[in-house]
Amino acid sequence: MKIAIASGKGGTGKTTISTNLASCLSESEPVILVDLDVEEPNSGLFIRGKLLDEYLQYKMIPEWEKKTCTLCGECQEVCNYNAIIQLGQTIMVFPELCHSCFACSELCPADALPMVQKEIGWIRTYQLNQLNFIESRLHIGEEQSTQLIAQTNSFVRDNYNQDMPVIFDAPPGTSCPVIEATKHVDFVILVTEPTPFGVHDLKLAVDTMRELNKPFGVVVNRFGIGNNEVFEYCENEKIQILAKFPNSREVAELYSRGELIYDKIPEFKNELMNLWNKVKKELHN
Amino acid sequence: MKIAFTTKGKDWDSMMDPRFGRTEFFLIYNEENEELSIYDNRAIENEAHGAGPKTAQELFALNPDILITGNGPGGNAATVLEKAGVIIYIGAGQMTVKEALEAYRNNKLEKF
Repeated sequence: MKIAIASGKGGTGKTTISTNLASCLSESEPVILVDLDVEEPNSGLFIRGKLLDEYLQYKMIPEWEKKTCTLCGECQEVCNYNAIIQLGQTIMVFPELCHSCFACSELCPADALPMVQKEIGWIRTYQLNQLNFIESRLHIGEEQSTQLIAQTNSFVRDNYNQDMPVIFDAPPGTSCPVIEATKHVDFVILVTEPTPFGVHDLKLAVDTMRELNKPFGVVVNRFGIGNNEVFEYCENEKIQILAKFPNSREVAELYSRGELIYDKIPEFKNELMNLWNKVKKELHN
Repeated sequence: MKIAFTTKGKDWDSMMDPRFGRTEFFLIYNEENEELSIYDNRAIENEAHGAGPKTAQELFALNPDILITGNGPGGNAATVLEKAGVIIYIGAGQMTVKEALEAYRNNKLEKF
């Protein structure tokens, strides 16, 4: 059972829900939590497991061989990302812009652009009792988070039994990284807050999930602030509200200390379990 | 000297475009014969990625000695421009092209 926790807007509570849900479930069964917010993974602030392993991650980029190059310009013609530029007698490669499509390398008539490895980040695995935690982090200065997310998904698929619940903490937004983080899951939980910004970005996230044909439901975090718009929107669009977590100073204080919440506030845990039961019910329908 | 300006229009009274990679036009002023030529860069709108290096490459073909712009190029574009040997002055983003030339001649612009 694969669940992604996503949002349009950042800072609505994806990591709070992901870490608390995974940790709470792991008290009674083995669980996998995967932090796919590779540009700023922060689930690890709340889950302090034992580090098991680290796997460096690479992408492939072209490397120019001046000696064999005939300066025909085919490579820069075929590159969709302007990652390769001919400047007079020089071919310049911009590794951060490269999407590793191999087009320049394959189509080079002189074989002057062999593909080479470039390190872009790492995947680390941790263990905390029955919780398997996988954290993926992009190196500073790297831009291709989508690729690292895809590699992390493959890593999880290849190395873990998928019968246990797998919870993916997705990046914010609605662009390629979010699509990569959610396209393979069975259900998406969209976390929002009842503010104009929250609703605005929720609508974008809903459009994205509908485009992907993904079953989803909404969690309203910090319930009590803002206005009613998110509830009116969900009612009009017939979107299920799976849970409401009240705005609470106590929760914010625990969060700011890097602590989990469900084991200290029983009402939070109850709502979390309600959420999980509704998700399971949705999946069995 | 050939001086390139990133601009939003086609004449001396046009506003400068503070952006480099996604500038709408380049105006190229040739100090020797006092000719002003226009390069339309608006096709860059269709590029989702790598506007900086692409525009730098277009500018390279225009062969200016100096670039006068606003915010300054990003890292990738700067790499191309450095390779091309273009000297860059920034801080003219809120001026007209005429004012930008004046500011450059009076040493009021910052070298990038």
